[in-house]
Amino acid sequence: MRLLEVRDLRTYFRTEAGVARAVDGVSFGVEAGEALGIVGESGSGKSVTSLSIMRLIPEPPGEILAGSSIWLKGEELVGAPETRLREIRGNDVAMIFQEPMTSLNPVFTVGDQIAEAVRLHRKASWKEARARAIELLGLVGIPDPARRVDAYPHELSGGQRQRVMIAIALSCEPDLLIADEPTTALDVTIQAQILELLGALRRRLGMAIVLITHDLGVVAEVCDRVVVMYAGEVMEEGPVEQVFREPRHPYTQGLMASIPRLGQETERLAVIPGIVPSPTAWPTGCRFHTRCPYGWELCVREHPPLFPIGGDRGARCWLETHPERRAAVDRATGGFLGLAGVGAAALGAEGPIALEATPAESWHRRAAGEPGVPAPEATAPDAPARPLAEDPDVERDVER
Amino acid sequence: MGAYLLRRLLGAIPLVLGVATLIFFVLNLAPGDPAALFANPNVPPEVIEQIRRNLGLDQPLGIRYLKWLGAFFTGNFGYSFAQGRPVLDILKEALPNTLELAAASLVLVFVLGVAIGVFQAVHQHSAADGILSVVALFFYSMPSFWLGLMLMLLFALKAHEWGWLFALPATGITSIDYDYLSAGRKVLDRLEHLILPAVTLSLVLAAGIARYTRGQMLEVIRQDYIRTARAKGLPERTVVLKHALRNSLIPVITLFGLYLPLLFSGAVFVEVIFSWPGMGRIIVDAIFQRDYPVVMATSFLFAVLTVVGNLIADALYAVADPRIRYD
Repeated sequence: MRLLEVRDLRTYFRTEAGVARAVDGVSFGVEAGEALGIVGESGSGKSVTSLSIMRLIPEPPGEILAGSSIWLKGEELVGAPETRLREIRGNDVAMIFQEPMTSLNPVFTVGDQIAEAVRLHRKASWKEARARAIELLGLVGIPDPARRVDAYPHELSGGQRQRVMIAIALSCEPDLLIADEPTTALDVTIQAQILELLGALRRRLGMAIVLITHDLGVVAEVCDRVVVMYAGEVMEEGPVEQVFREPRHPYTQGLMASIPRLGQETERLAVIPGIVPSPTAWPTGCRFHTRCPYGWELCVREHPPLFPIGGDRGARCWLETHPERRAAVDRATGGFLGLAGVGAAALGAEGPIALEATPAESWHRRAAGEPGVPAPEATAPDAPARPLAEDPDVERDVER
Repeated sequence: MGAYLLRRLLGAIPLVLGVATLIFFVLNLAPGDPAALFANPNVPPEVIEQIRRNLGLDQPLGIRYLKWLGAFFTGNFGYSFAQGRPVLDILKEALPNTLELAAASLVLVFVLGVAIGVFQAVHQHSAADGILSVVALFFYSMPSFWLGLMLMLLFALKAHEWGWLFALPATGITSIDYDYLSAGRKVLDRLEHLILPAVTLSLVLAAGIARYTRGQMLEVIRQDYIRTARAKGLPERTVVLKHALRNSLIPVITLFGLYLPLLFSGAVFVEVIFSWPGMGRIIVDAIFQRDYPVVMATSFLFAVLTVVGNLIADALYAVADPRIRYD
């Protein structure tokens, strides 16, 4: 039995612009002690997925649709009563968030905030809870914990606050820790420290981690398996090393190619053209076809399933059932090089692959860096998406 | 914190001095001759002149100011022109009554206002939220003297006429037979008399606090740390009443200082309407009688109460929000 099994999770939001299908049929599993990375751009649905597991989606406007399943140690959480969910939150499943600066309550001491969960779930006395809080602060590497336990959040730095968040999360020794972009708001040296800490604590406590991030470097460093999300769906999944060495989905390739590398001379950083479409109107067919350099009319017409591709892997791409096209793409790119370097945008050197002319070909050209092809607007986005390559955090070399 | 409060207290001295000066000169600029009040047409002018001299009104304004100020700060508030007894005695009788009314109202304002505001925020967009918003707006726009009269009409007069289970006393601070009641009945009697004036004085201000608290709660409930609290598995009660309320109250506490002057000026109306023997009624009577010493002492006392109230608000502010350090 897996620790966590998410099956066909659909979390929709009713908005004025229509129903936003933020998470739309997502399935994945986490073994006990395993670290799973969920990656994707802003708006791909990864945070909503994590909040859905905690059942912390505000309802309304959010709703987890019937037919979705979230099993935790064999227990179905969808439809579970709130009282039961409260026993699970913070106890069996804990969560840390992106913004350590605002995730702690400013008017209570950090000790109080750690002790609160201990008292709640462990029925500990004030004194025991305080001792536990001091112990946890030491565990997460806060110097002089006996004194710091009485500090207020504003007296701590961002990195220390995230350590406190981790201490809160670990206070009841959860089986599963969900970390939603835990290092995004921190500067690079602190990021590395926090990741190291998470890795060390995981090994020591034997808990599973679901790490949500847009930073592939973080995934490479911490995770065993990776799920790549786009437009509310899983695009590709598999063991981290395999996925990164040989990405099968054009979206994964695009993400890989957008990582700047030291010592690599490129004039321009590769980007995935376009933006994540709006969740109120996902594109038809393959949801990535509006941005995919290899798409053809099948991709516009038919929605691809997640094809199993040997071992533990899967990719939601029609190329999986069209080996002749994949061969052409492979020839043009020199294989899916992924880590080795050449991304979709580097294709320009070889010219577009000779595929039949389709509407999707324009994307191909655009990806290859050819100017002047107007972008048919999928839908107006609710928020400007941030291309991965522009994110200052993405600067760790995956191969390191 | 202690040093800060001491500094603030010292800083309040020039403020209070300025207020006293302002009160003195404004009042002396006002038209009307106190001496004339003792007079009827049959009193000869020499007698009026004698009264004026007795009251010290014949001296130049500057001299009168200095003498008055000197006496004031030695605790000598002088004698009431109209009642012919020490102002201090009058204030001693009136101050506790006003404080009783103000304290009861203040508690009502914040308890009622915060409770309603929190309830509305938790049930945002519900029918109850909408109704309470309208009710709050109704009371917020209500002049307190009219509201007081309506409450008196309904809960004192009509309640009595229509034979309701209870009818509240319309005016006064105690019943006529107060002195003959047992100790327990005495407390009950005073409380009964307190209800209508205190409610009248609170409703307007409580409506404002409710609106404000609701807005603050809705703001706070969206914060990341509320999500953290929920992620810990805390029951919604704890999330709202501990994590959200404490943060929402911080700005509400500042209102405490701002509301004190409103409370005192409201008390003037309410005391007159309900014949409440407090400072508000004293000052109104004194103004009509050109009883300068009483008017000045009472205004001054209101000013001091406001300054002290604001100091308390600042201290509470620091207690509620650890990010605020006064040093």
